[in-house]
Amino acid sequence: MEIDPFIFRLSIFILSIFIGYYVVWSVTPSLHTPLMSVTNAISSVIIVGAIIAGLAGNSDSIFNTSSIFGFLAISLAAINIFGGFLVTQRMLAMYKKKKKDK
Amino acid sequence: MLSANLSAIFYLISGVLFILALRGLSSPETSRKGNFFGILGMIIAITVTFLSIGNFSTGLVVVLIFLLIGGLIGAFIAYKIPMTAMPELVAGFHSLVGLAAVFVAIAAFLNPGAFNLGSPGNIKLGSLIEMSIGAAVGAITFSGSIIAFLKLQGIMSGSPITFKGQHPLNALILISIIILTYLLCSTQSSYLFWTLLAVSFLIGFLLIIPIGGADMPVVISMLNSYSGWAAAGIGFTLENTALIITGALVGSSGAILSYIMCKGMNRSFFNVILGGFGATDQSSSSQNKEQRPVKSGNSDDAAFLMKNASSVIIVPGYGMAVAQAQHALREMVDTLKKNDIKVSYAIHPVAGRMPGHMNVLLAEANVPYDEVFELEEINNDFANADVAFVIGANDVTNPVAKTDPQSPIYGMPVLDVEKCKSVLFVKRSLSPGYAGIDNDLFYKENTLMLFADAKKMTEDITKNL
Repeated sequence: MEIDPFIFRLSIFILSIFIGYYVVWSVTPSLHTPLMSVTNAISSVIIVGAIIAGLAGNSDSIFNTSSIFGFLAISLAAINIFGGFLVTQRMLAMYKKKKKDK
Repeated sequence: MLSANLSAIFYLISGVLFILALRGLSSPETSRKGNFFGILGMIIAITVTFLSIGNFSTGLVVVLIFLLIGGLIGAFIAYKIPMTAMPELVAGFHSLVGLAAVFVAIAAFLNPGAFNLGSPGNIKLGSLIEMSIGAAVGAITFSGSIIAFLKLQGIMSGSPITFKGQHPLNALILISIIILTYLLCSTQSSYLFWTLLAVSFLIGFLLIIPIGGADMPVVISMLNSYSGWAAAGIGFTLENTALIITGALVGSSGAILSYIMCKGMNRSFFNVILGGFGATDQSSSSQNKEQRPVKSGNSDDAAFLMKNASSVIIVPGYGMAVAQAQHALREMVDTLKKNDIKVSYAIHPVAGRMPGHMNVLLAEANVPYDEVFELEEINNDFANADVAFVIGANDVTNPVAKTDPQSPIYGMPVLDVEKCKSVLFVKRSLSPGYAGIDNDLFYKENTLMLFADAKKMTEDITKNL
């Protein structure tokens, strides 16, 4: 009997939860705010679904209801991707070590 | 056009890069590289999506325009936002992830053919379940985050909104979501799909309104977690590995942060979710409102105390963020250091409005991160320090949490500020903090209250040093 591909996806999902668990516990508490902003950015990889929906229309109707929702989702996710990564970058650039020659 | 197998491998790679992005945050040195991995993973995922569709004729321009619009708005916000507004920003971003998940689910429901899920009215059962879960959780994330955003921004009052029958109503709505999902899957009716979305929006709203301003760290972390689960739900629908991995990472990340925040307040997760904290304790604080003597001083006294100290511990809190006093504070510390006084910073896990909020503000003010310590690292040092300088923190220093089992904050881990030889407490007035209880520290023999705006007081002390 063949295994349903869903089971494989479920395995990836469960194992990723464990990876997330251990990786996040090792994040230093002083970086918890950047952690939140970067998780924000990466969860916007949902944009791949939005792009598929946006490009699904045929040449007669680029703007059917489904693809319009896709376009809107693309913009929302893009705000998060750019905003999330850039604000994280900005924050991380501020974390400096003590200067020794002071 | 990329084959399905090849693009799946690329999605896997971008998933791994996201793991590395979070892994990088284990220390500030590696964090910047981690962020780069995250960006790389995102570029790979988006490029692969375009290539795997391979349809560059019709909608592509429109897609790129919308991508550009979103990107410009995002970049603009990222550069303009002040660091003190980080909690609002993150809450706002969560709402966008939630709404994007809802929109993708709607698109997939209306045009399942584009995602290989069947045809309208005849969507594969498994996909429909995953889609419904993704849409419902996304909708909850969206409306919940909007409320959190409004509360943090001060547009909506931070005090909890409670009414009679709230919990039964919420329970009823949650049950109806499950029933609706079941009916939707058996009938495939689009009418039920829209109802499910509407009800999920409603419950997200109702779940967050009873939660008070001081519990926002938990709420933000929780919504962070939800946005992850929503993404994972959509990831299952789209059969996309990158999305499933990311959803799981973000989901567990938010859950861990909520746990840490709850622990920092010694409250159970359910206690926070059921809400109403801060409103119920008013009666107890007004009962024992006998006038107790406090010692208050001015910037001269504070400067004198600190000049004669050999070690000072700074305890910042949300009040410092409100007063924008972090730069003034660092200038004061610079002056202290010139006088060979050892200075360190003590940060309570729930100081501020989101996890790690104080650390970011101090980093912004050029405070080196190796002078900033967490509660467990520094709590034993208070006994050996000469001066504790409490600026904008309150409940997290209250010794009542250790001594009075009747107190609502009893058992909460607190900073042992009272063990210092002397305590300088910068505060506008004697009013209680968010927990609504009096701070015993105000009345201690060795406490000197400095009644003033945090920024102004800090500047004045620097002048007098």
